[in-house]
Amino acid sequence: MENRFSVSLARVRTGLLYRVLFSYDFMLTFFGSMPALVNAHRRVNLLVVGYRIRATSQKSLPFKCCNTADSGLLVGRWIPGHNSAVVLAVIHYPFIPGQVKKYLSELQSQTQVDLTVLGSWSMPKEGQEGMDSFLKDLSTIFPQKCWLQLSREIGKRGFTCQVVQNNGRLLQDREQKNGEGDKIILIHYDQRKVMLSQLHPVQDVGQKSDVEASELRLVFQTVAQSQPLFFLDKYDDGPLKLSHWQSEGREASIIAELLKQASVPVCIFLTWLLSLWYWFCSFRILHLPPVLFISSKLSTCVQSVYRAVHFRTVFSPKKAGTHVEFMRKANIFVSFLVDIALGLLLISWLYRENRISKLADTLVPVADRVAKELQELLEWLMGAPAGLKMNRALDQVLGRFFLYHIHLWISYIHLMSPFIERILWYVGLSACLGLTFALSVLSDIVALLTFHIYCFYVYGARLYCLTIYGLSSLWRLFRGKKWNVLRQRVDSCSYDLDQLFIGTLLFTILLFLLPTTALYYLVFTLLRLVVVLFQGVIHLSVDFINSFPLFAIGLRICRPYRLAEGVKFNVLCQEPGTPLHLMMEINPLKCSSVLQCYRTPTYSCYPKDSWAGLCKKLFVGELIYPWKQKTDKTD
Amino acid sequence: MRGCFLLLTPLVISMAEEEFTDINGNSISLDCQTHSDFCREFTVTSPKLSLRKVMVYTCFVWLFAYAVFFFTENTAVLSSAIILTLAGMMIHIHFVKVDHETLLIIGSLGVQLSSSYASGRESTIFIEMNKLKDIVINEAVYMHSIIYYLCILIKDPADPETVTSVVPLFQSSNPRLNCLVQVYRSCQEILAQSR
Repeated sequence: MENRFSVSLARVRTGLLYRVLFSYDFMLTFFGSMPALVNAHRRVNLLVVGYRIRATSQKSLPFKCCNTADSGLLVGRWIPGHNSAVVLAVIHYPFIPGQVKKYLSELQSQTQVDLTVLGSWSMPKEGQEGMDSFLKDLSTIFPQKCWLQLSREIGKRGFTCQVVQNNGRLLQDREQKNGEGDKIILIHYDQRKVMLSQLHPVQDVGQKSDVEASELRLVFQTVAQSQPLFFLDKYDDGPLKLSHWQSEGREASIIAELLKQASVPVCIFLTWLLSLWYWFCSFRILHLPPVLFISSKLSTCVQSVYRAVHFRTVFSPKKAGTHVEFMRKANIFVSFLVDIALGLLLISWLYRENRISKLADTLVPVADRVAKELQELLEWLMGAPAGLKMNRALDQVLGRFFLYHIHLWISYIHLMSPFIERILWYVGLSACLGLTFALSVLSDIVALLTFHIYCFYVYGARLYCLTIYGLSSLWRLFRGKKWNVLRQRVDSCSYDLDQLFIGTLLFTILLFLLPTTALYYLVFTLLRLVVVLFQGVIHLSVDFINSFPLFAIGLRICRPYRLAEGVKFNVLCQEPGTPLHLMMEINPLKCSSVLQCYRTPTYSCYPKDSWAGLCKKLFVGELIYPWKQKTDKTD
Repeated sequence: MRGCFLLLTPLVISMAEEEFTDINGNSISLDCQTHSDFCREFTVTSPKLSLRKVMVYTCFVWLFAYAVFFFTENTAVLSSAIILTLAGMMIHIHFVKVDHETLLIIGSLGVQLSSSYASGRESTIFIEMNKLKDIVINEAVYMHSIIYYLCILIKDPADPETVTSVVPLFQSSNPRLNCLVQVYRSCQEILAQSR
């Protein structure tokens, strides 16, 4: 039967409750029907990890459980402020007390966890009677405030715990019947899972003092920081023989070790490539205002800058210090890989059967078609659109103005048409940098092809804005009021007669021209909004690919114990007279919390105006930039 | 021939199980388990999913789908109705229907609340003792009725006097006051010990 070493966390509180945590495998002896399932799972788990560095045959994989482990000393840590103790390992006889102390002080300096000898564990085998008195004498060698004595008799399920204080007074008697006095709770946990797990919300190690931190957090921190303790296994020829979850042989994967060794030169090489790129970008010619302006508008450039920053984070040769940094690096790396894979998939689809040339061939006719539709639209506006009667002269002026623009645009497209296929072929290759790149390029192509719609929108909006502005000002004049710029309010004002006359005249003219300008503005704003909507969808999907924490979600699904929200307790069956035994399991983080916690921050911000603000801007005629991108400088 | 009637009277030994109802009148059951002096577990079991309701609902949806099929002659309507019913049922038993709710109180360690759904899924929260201020019964006025509910007052360990949040218990089973009082008394015994 495969067991695992158990280590315990003991909590001692004078006069109240004691708790001891033991490892998972204790359950195997409790529930006889479970071990097959549990063993199978564990075995599969172990083999999947990789090769074992020490070759042990498959049959002999016994991990000794605490209840079958030999008698020895309990090593662990007292949790400050909570009267608890975490037992991390058992040191077996024979040992030399001096060497034990030396080993513990070495580990203390290495891990910054104050490990001490907590007490003794006795599981007497046949022919080993008389250990009890020997175990009691041990407390004199390792002076402690409280000394734990855990013992288990063969054939019984529960174990008993006694706590002896410094002055020799026994704090709890095993045979105490009345139930008063100190009570003990023993909690079992899976050492490996707690060691690898991270409790959320994540706090830095030195942020809160130990006394304020919650007990659970301290437990998790203690086990996680005591990793060097678990490096000593039974094959090491040291003076001490330890039992813990890894003492049957340290597990490692050869593939993981090779990757770790290989990653350092690869990181250095990639960092050097990145420095080349930065040197190229620092050329003076690229910092001229027009170039800067264009590159801030093209989403491809923005995306490439963003990805370069990511590159720098991921491929820096420095190892990630905290959990948050590690998760950030891993998320960026995985999303980058997925991005490239999707991009290559796209390329293989596009370039098969010459689809890209077909695409290029349809591009010019589509642009032509759009221009033709716009022309028809303008002809319709110049007539009597929707039965409305337009001001003839203004209508003709605006209509001809816009028609001329379209004519220019069509000739420009026709000029470019022989080169379109080549350009598109090479631009399509840029999808190998990632799907996000391809989508950004698509968004830029759409922006360039609908540039005339953007121009029309700007003209229409400006004209409409001027009309509205003039109208509001002249309306105030009509009522005898005026806008006070200094006081930012409307004041009454006495106008001269000629001012009033001309003002009223202009007001009338503008008012009757309003429907025409308003209609042109409405039509072009709608067209612009359609284009903006399409670009917005592309940006949203790019944003999603950039920020989705794939690694964190994968970790949550495959190794849910790594991201812990809290713990769960189950009460284990017990015999009367023994302390309470609880089983502690890790409660994994909810998927929505994982997404919220580990989202990679992106550059684009969502619409800065609410719907009401947007409508107001549209009504007044202000130009809207709904997808304004965040710059590095804070606004 | 004389028949022999063998009457087997089942001897029901219920460990603290009495007849309780929830606020809507459905019968629920409360189970108290005492694991130790300072560790108690209370389980409130809601009434199970009623087969009649499920059948009525399914028949209604399928009859409606048949009626639509009769007019449109499109088999996609039928298959979509089947898929919709199945999906709806699975979502209901996995996310909506709560089978039983458990409150495990361990003196000086904390309180664990667990909801177990009809599909077997369990969602658990554990609240440490240093964050727990008190367990109280509150009353809420909802429309025309007054509802009593048991809740846990949470405090920040750094500021023990302020209540930062309130966690209501047994939200899906909604037991009435008599059931709540029993749970409340047991919890207060344990909390008094650990203070």
